[in-house]
Amino acid sequence: MSIILTIIKREYLVRVRKKSFVVMTLLGPLLMTAFYGLIGWAAIGSISQKNVAVIDQNGQFTGKFKPDEETKYTYLTTAPTQAKTHFVEDGYDALVVIPKAVIEQPKTVQIYAEKSVGGSLKNNIERAVSKQIEVIKLSRSGITQQIIEDAKVNVDAETISLSDQGEKKTSTVMTSIIGGLCAFLIYISVLLYGTQVMRGVLEEKTSRIIEVIISSVKPFQLMMGKIVGVGLVGLTQFMLWIMLTTSLIWGGSAIFGAKMARDAATARMSTTMSAEKAKAIAKASEDPGMMTEFSAALKTLNLTLIITCFLFYFLGGYLLYSSLYGAIGAAVDSETDTQQFMLPVTLPIIACATLAQFIIRDPDGPLAFWMSMIPFTSPIIMMVRIPFGVPAWEIALSMALLVLGFIGTTWLAARIYRVGILMYGKKPTYRELSKWIFYKA
Amino acid sequence: MAILETRHIIKQYAQHRALDDVSLSVPTGQIFGLLGPNGAGKTSLIRIINQITGPDSGEVLFDGKPLGPEHIRHIGYLPEERGLYKKMKVGEQLLYLAQLKGLNERQAMDKLKIWFEKFDIKTWWSKNVEDLSKGMQQKIQFVATVLHQPALLILDEPFSGFDPINANLIRDEILELRQQGTTIIFSTHRMETVEELCDHIALIHQSHKVLDGSKRAIKEQFKTHTYRVEYQGNMGELPAAFATTAVGVTDDGFDRMDINIPPDAAVNDLIRLLLDRVSIRSFGENIPSMNDIFIKAVGKAND
Repeated sequence: MSIILTIIKREYLVRVRKKSFVVMTLLGPLLMTAFYGLIGWAAIGSISQKNVAVIDQNGQFTGKFKPDEETKYTYLTTAPTQAKTHFVEDGYDALVVIPKAVIEQPKTVQIYAEKSVGGSLKNNIERAVSKQIEVIKLSRSGITQQIIEDAKVNVDAETISLSDQGEKKTSTVMTSIIGGLCAFLIYISVLLYGTQVMRGVLEEKTSRIIEVIISSVKPFQLMMGKIVGVGLVGLTQFMLWIMLTTSLIWGGSAIFGAKMARDAATARMSTTMSAEKAKAIAKASEDPGMMTEFSAALKTLNLTLIITCFLFYFLGGYLLYSSLYGAIGAAVDSETDTQQFMLPVTLPIIACATLAQFIIRDPDGPLAFWMSMIPFTSPIIMMVRIPFGVPAWEIALSMALLVLGFIGTTWLAARIYRVGILMYGKKPTYRELSKWIFYKA
Repeated sequence: MAILETRHIIKQYAQHRALDDVSLSVPTGQIFGLLGPNGAGKTSLIRIINQITGPDSGEVLFDGKPLGPEHIRHIGYLPEERGLYKKMKVGEQLLYLAQLKGLNERQAMDKLKIWFEKFDIKTWWSKNVEDLSKGMQQKIQFVATVLHQPALLILDEPFSGFDPINANLIRDEILELRQQGTTIIFSTHRMETVEELCDHIALIHQSHKVLDGSKRAIKEQFKTHTYRVEYQGNMGELPAAFATTAVGVTDDGFDRMDINIPPDAAVNDLIRLLLDRVSIRSFGENIPSMNDIFIKAVGKAND
């Protein structure tokens, strides 16, 4: 046992001390924060309101368009031909001309803009016009505005997941994000650290130190020591990433939050800025919005379950794949020869990554069920599903299968490994590999 | 007393039998030369002794007990293909390898200090292995092999890669280790080192043991009862029992002749015969060199 610990210690320390580890550990959170910052910046930028001029020749539309965060409307009485030449200089983004006969010929509405009009602005205007036409037509047939208002019932469905502790409101978006994030982390770590195990084995083989080492320890001890050592490196890197990213995002949020509040304040004071815009910015800065929704969603999710499962599937998936990667490293002599064997091992991981989006849409479908049972795909797919709620028996079965899976692959890998590390020369074929499995020790 | 004994070892690879009924006995405290052409099965045997692989049948005894994991720390192995972790510091690497052999960190440290002083390489401690020359790396590897003071040392071509000065240094260390009672199995192609160092020899050829015994006994076995004489004067005809070969002239102008006598004949009779005929400058027995023995034994096995 102490020998395995010695091996684990070496594998761990050698990697953690590497410059590339330090660089990756520091760079990862910076990239993530930059990404987050970009989204935040884009969110603030998108608040800018469009100023739309409306010439209502019909007369029944004036004051009927409702301004919102995206668009505000100004009603002009000038002639369309005159307005057309001036509206850009007057500070409008678009000009809408509603002809007199619009009720009978709704397609005659015209939108002018210097640049081509964005899809959402066009939609907004079309919706506003058709709604107003609807109102007008209804009231013509005797239905009053009052009845229409009464008839409008706002249905905003909430998703509620049933569990033992009673009903809880969950946000589908947040659940998807958390599931996706966990799955993505497992995907990255399996690829990243699995190939590190492979390179480590290859290094020992090409530097020929392997013969010295296995005259002192059993090949299995060396393989397991390496797998565990690299796994701990992975866990360390994740811990550091999470800590650094959280602190950076907190810092970043504080700066962004302050900036938004300042914008709101200046907007309130400024007289040139329209009241609507000021209101919109103030609302955005005061609106707890995403952060509250996120933390609310976190509260409703079973975090202990998610974290436990994440650790389990991370370890299970990593052990399963890294032993296979270790066997590949043992089977060949050089990194270029690994490609042929990498493909079949990497394929299920990539399939998981591509299919995860369908699993998110239908987390209880048959594809989701089977992929979360097969040990080669379950670490990633089950993590996508778990935040949505998965029956306990499914989790237990999937975990049991994963344990069997990695015991199986480790056994297989160890058999290939112990023969492969002493073989030099020709790249083995799959047939030879399968023969190695049955060699006597 | 034999520190290591192999009994009827058979090792079969898919198409090829690497060792066929090989029985050896390595006497304690001696230098044992394990010889053989390339591909004869030496490496397979060495790997079995190191428990890297196991034999298909037969057994290996260490100190009279079946070879097991507890013997790993009593064996030191220097493989022919040398290798160290290139990106690891010399000191850390040696500590690591010693710990794999069962030493704890403090024991390893104490022993390392002695060797670093002995080889005068204290400045290498925190250098990366890849920054050292090939010869330096070989020295480090030698230290790694002997650090845990194994009772049995297996050296596969230990002098390859050393310049003559360092080769001498290593040779002296090997002799000193024998002095201290270490048994050394020595696998090499260089017959002059076998001649110089080995007490006992086994020759493996095409998976079989073809020769085994003390160096002296083997030389005795391979001697041809041939004597070389350098002389002046007229030799004349020798009796038919004495076959003459290699008749010629030495560089400094003496006549020369190899004379083969029957195994039962006495050397003194030959000398008496010569004394009567010529004036002798030198007379001696042609002792076969290890090189001759090697070629002869392998050639005979090939027939």
